[in-house]
Amino acid sequence: MAESFNFELVSPERLLLSEQVAQVVVPGAEGEFTVLKNHAPFMSTIKPGVVTVTPASGAPQRYFVRGGFADVSESGLTILAEQAVPVDSLDGAMIAQQIRNAEEDLADARDDASRTAAATKLAQLRDVAAALGH
Amino acid sequence: MPSLKDLRNRIASVKATQKITKAMQMVAAAKLRRAQAAAEAARPYAERMTTVLANVAAGVAGQADGPRLLAGTGANQTHLMIVCTAERGLCGAFNSSIARLARDHALALKREGKTVKILCVGKKGYDLLRRQFAADIIELIELRSVRQIGFTEADAIGRKVLALFAEGGFDVATLFYAKFRSVIQQIPTAQQIIPAEVPARAADAPSVIYEYEPDEAAILDDLLPRNVSVQILSALLENVASEMGAKMSAMDNATRNAGEMIKKYTLRYNRTRQAMITKELIEIISGAEAL
Repeated sequence: MAESFNFELVSPERLLLSEQVAQVVVPGAEGEFTVLKNHAPFMSTIKPGVVTVTPASGAPQRYFVRGGFADVSESGLTILAEQAVPVDSLDGAMIAQQIRNAEEDLADARDDASRTAAATKLAQLRDVAAALGH
Repeated sequence: MPSLKDLRNRIASVKATQKITKAMQMVAAAKLRRAQAAAEAARPYAERMTTVLANVAAGVAGQADGPRLLAGTGANQTHLMIVCTAERGLCGAFNSSIARLARDHALALKREGKTVKILCVGKKGYDLLRRQFAADIIELIELRSVRQIGFTEADAIGRKVLALFAEGGFDVATLFYAKFRSVIQQIPTAQQIIPAEVPARAADAPSVIYEYEPDEAAILDDLLPRNVSVQILSALLENVASEMGAKMSAMDNATRNAGEMIKKYTLRYNRTRQAMITKELIEIISGAEAL
């Protein structure tokens, strides 16, 4: 088993997770990346997707996150998510609702920049829905 | 001298009031526990956010063309005041102390010849400020229908503020709310959110070289607007906890006062009753003796 490091998953409403973990897979804005112990200091925005956490012992846990930051420092990895929900308690209706919201955003977008942003977000959400099999 | 019936009525009405204040105190106590838990649960996020922001900001410090949310517009003329208060009264000095802090701040700015704009969150603050600053209040946001304040509400306010900032509506934004210390102590606080106040990194903190993805500017562009919403959220949550704390102690006082009043009236009622009995006895005895 790999050495463990400190991992924190925080959403604006609460601290979801704070524990020693062996490995975390993060959906970075420019591609997924995996963090192990002694990762170089690194900061990235994240896109809607699934964070897979492998604790020091036990089965991997999966969390759905929507937007935010991952901050890798000497003290460990911190994910500041706009929204974070364990995948187990996630249902298709919620994702569908978010996709609908994104579609509305796209329809409401007035200039090119916001249209592109909305379209990107919609595509990412659809990927997540497909990955989770909803 | 009030009659016996008057006294009885008065005691009954004070008792009814006491029941109401007692119930309100218990409701506030139950809500306080929930609000306090919510405020505490939101703290880690705000703290991590500040740390991350300090890290990134240290990287771009000294660059002349930093993002405007961090560096400011360069001017200091128009000030936006976001005054967060409660939707309901009956909570002691809670609303008025926030309003007083905001009023002093606004008057000080006006003396310096600055323009003041006020955004009220919560009806009570609006009621207290509108007489003096009717022309300066740009909007009132009511959260009456919101049961549990979450990131969505804070984000909506944040977006409004940012939209106003983007069109050059103001240069500096300050947030007014009451920080929750304990049930008997809530501290009215003014906190500047735009330009963002970044805590200086501790001198002995190791300066690490970060790698950024996509790059520093893009991350800051994403981080700073979110920071505004997060600061608003934590202010709103602190405010709810403070309101409930203030309401609880105000209602506790009211209940105690009602209790004292009942005691006083009961004593007076009994004295009057005894005086009447004595008077009747004297009348009977003296009548019998006269025969």
